[in-house]
Amino acid sequence: MLTVNELEDWDKRILELVERFQLKCYPQEFEVCDHFEMIGYMAYSGMPSRYPHWSFGKSYEKQKTLYDYGVGGLPYEMVINSDPCLAYLMRDNTDLLHILTIAHVYGHNDFFANNFNFTSGIEAKYVLEMFKNHAARVRTYMEDPSIGQEAVEDVLDAAHALSLQRSRNNAIRSLTRAQQEAALLEAAQPREDEFSELHERPQYEQPNLSKLPLHPEQNILEFLAKYSPALTEWQRDLLHIVDRESKYFIPQIETKIMNEGWASYWHFKIMNELELPQQYHLEFLVRHNQVLRPTPGGLNPYHLGFIIWNDIERRWNEGDTGREWTSDIPREDISALDENDTPGRKKMFEVRETDRDAAFLRRFLTEDLMRQVDLFQHEKRGKERVVTKVADEQSWKDIKETLVQNVGMGSIPVILIDDADFGSKRTLYVRHEHDGRDLQLEYAERSIKHIQQLWGRETVLETVVNGRASLLRLVGDALKVERM
Amino acid sequence: MGAIFRPHVSEDKRSDRSARDRQRHRQKIRDSIRDNIADIIAEESIIGRDRDKIIKVPIRSIKEYRFIYGENSPGVAQGDGESQPGDIVQKGDPGQPDASGEAGNAPGVDAIETDVTLEELIDIMFEDLELPDLQQKRLKEIESLRTMKRKGYQKEGIRPRLDKRRTALNRIKRKISAAKSRPDFDDEKDRFPFHRDDMRYHRVVTDTDLQSNAVVMCIMDTSGSMGTVKKYLARSFYFLLYQFVRLKYQQVELVFIAHHTEAKEVSENDFFHKVESGGTYISSGYLKALEIVQARYHPSLWNIYAFHCSDGDNFYSDNERALAAAKELCDVCNLFGYGEIKPSGSAYYSGSMLEVFSAIDHPNFSSIVIEKKEDLWDGFRSFMMKDSVTRSSVMSDKKGDGQQAAAGAKP
Repeated sequence: MLTVNELEDWDKRILELVERFQLKCYPQEFEVCDHFEMIGYMAYSGMPSRYPHWSFGKSYEKQKTLYDYGVGGLPYEMVINSDPCLAYLMRDNTDLLHILTIAHVYGHNDFFANNFNFTSGIEAKYVLEMFKNHAARVRTYMEDPSIGQEAVEDVLDAAHALSLQRSRNNAIRSLTRAQQEAALLEAAQPREDEFSELHERPQYEQPNLSKLPLHPEQNILEFLAKYSPALTEWQRDLLHIVDRESKYFIPQIETKIMNEGWASYWHFKIMNELELPQQYHLEFLVRHNQVLRPTPGGLNPYHLGFIIWNDIERRWNEGDTGREWTSDIPREDISALDENDTPGRKKMFEVRETDRDAAFLRRFLTEDLMRQVDLFQHEKRGKERVVTKVADEQSWKDIKETLVQNVGMGSIPVILIDDADFGSKRTLYVRHEHDGRDLQLEYAERSIKHIQQLWGRETVLETVVNGRASLLRLVGDALKVERM
Repeated sequence: MGAIFRPHVSEDKRSDRSARDRQRHRQKIRDSIRDNIADIIAEESIIGRDRDKIIKVPIRSIKEYRFIYGENSPGVAQGDGESQPGDIVQKGDPGQPDASGEAGNAPGVDAIETDVTLEELIDIMFEDLELPDLQQKRLKEIESLRTMKRKGYQKEGIRPRLDKRRTALNRIKRKISAAKSRPDFDDEKDRFPFHRDDMRYHRVVTDTDLQSNAVVMCIMDTSGSMGTVKKYLARSFYFLLYQFVRLKYQQVELVFIAHHTEAKEVSENDFFHKVESGGTYISSGYLKALEIVQARYHPSLWNIYAFHCSDGDNFYSDNERALAAAKELCDVCNLFGYGEIKPSGSAYYSGSMLEVFSAIDHPNFSSIVIEKKEDLWDGFRSFMMKDSVTRSSVMSDKKGDGQQAAAGAKP
């Protein structure tokens, strides 16, 4: 493989281009690893240090088995959202792949450093420290003879089950209880009324401030850690740890398509500018197309993201911006402009800062693109999944809607805590925000068990089962579905 | 400023970070298998002798549950360019194609099966039995190997075992100390001979290897009333027994005795596959077993496990003799068991030996009823538990008893 010096030379050349294209990256660090380490990093989401839990072992075994049987390859790159940005290069890769990976990584790096999902609510400088600190805390609890590994695992298992049941947007800060109360009191004040002398004096209604939670609560772990009567200090701490890490990972789930598309756009750009030697260039084209090939029956985020970003650039350069294009923007002659100043590029940089996958697809996935990619909708019919809609004139909007609904955290049901004292019996009342998609009941049952375990008292879940509003509760060990 | 590149650190300089979590995961798989062991044992596929065989075992408890959508949620995927409504999506369930994000954050289909070898499974099975450790000393052992081994040194010994190096060293030590106490001592001129005290000889000890032998006697009723299902159940039981005994002893032999009104020793294949006809004298099988024990497996040298499977349909006139022979077998065996196989469906109009055998009060005897596959494990469990109970109480002085019994049986 390339020596460190050679890597540094390539990096220098790539970095020049990165700067010329005005990408704003964190400082970058690369670590060379072998494939065993790569599997290890994959199991631990790339983190050099993470708390011990059997699920990581499970993930490792799975990756390893797939790799050993040649079913799943290993990713060329793995990038960690932190400042400095950390990425791994796999030793066994070809020279060209290393160069390609470096270029690709700078794309991710720029995205991490600028997209609002990543820049709000996460201190990129302290990411690695945070994970290390969490690992140390969990280990301390495991080694504490009065706690032990099994007790810690019990809580972690339950916390993992609920980890994605939290606010999906890190930029939205949740109000404290005091702020919520203040807001409620303010809202209860009579409106200012110019004609108050004419109108009857409005009845002042005291808002109910004793309710818990005041508003339906999305951050389940946080809520349990704060209010559950059944938990000890170290258990609460474990919930905080899992919740914090989940908060860190959610932006990656939320921007998979954008992020991979962005990095692919830039590696393509940079590699073409690098004036690669002939043999490298051919391999580059092969690798690039391997990564970006469409996967029938699935959806390749690299591919989808890449074509959308390219489409955005083309449309804004050509003024073909559909609804978003307004005629008061004069059509520019872009040939005279520096590449960075073209409207297409400017639009891309704007979008990379402000969007997440759901918005990105909603705004920029056009009917033409959908047809080009041949998107279709599939549903369960009997035992098979059958194509129900294809991207034709009648259906493309439906398919797009379904896609937007399923993308990123959209594939995770929204579960809210409505009441912590349901029926005045301290029963926890949680509600699934039903949007046409039912819950998988076996999984729901186990998840309710996990909530119940952490809450220490009965937990009921409101949802819709086969079109009928239902209340799920555990009777003994079995799930009972009551019609409401 | 350019990026920092950190070169690869070779394997032996770093630790295997995931080792602990992997081990914990395997532990959980084992636990899960153990919880479902009765179901797995009942599966036909494990009955067979090949220890390296890989068995697929369904695992339930190590899924990572979270709230996920069910089957009625539509998904979006891309086609090959010619998708038509009504096409069947080939690939499993690409329901959440985009959520395949980092770190397995998205719910995926968990592996539902895991591979274990029969060997592992057997280990787990016996872990589940929670037998108190069968201590070596309780087993009957014979000294099988005598070897001489050097171990330490001694001052006396025969010439060939002299350790010359040590002896010379001792002399030098003595010489140095002598030189200190005798100022006139001249290293060059004065002779300084070896002394008796300098001599060091290798100590040689005899090393004996203890070997534990066991024989599993499979006695089966092959009369016409034993159908395929019954034989299968019997076979499964013998399989468990054999595997268990194999685990605990170094050398295990198998004896197959088939009987109807007469008994004979047969090969394994004949034992399970040959169908005989006619009536049943259970005593014939037991007497044959006793005969074989006498001839080849003396109870002072062998741990004997005997198990008899029958459907209990014995000739009435034979019951007395069978009981007497069973008692005699109890005297020579570590464990003697009787399994009455009554597959559900076969009514109780046929006879039963359970009542007859209830007269046996030897603590190392047990009788069980096997009606269906699922009973196998519990039956085996209770049989083996007997082993551990009797061991502590009776078996400790069993050695003497056994010899007497065997001696008494001699003509």
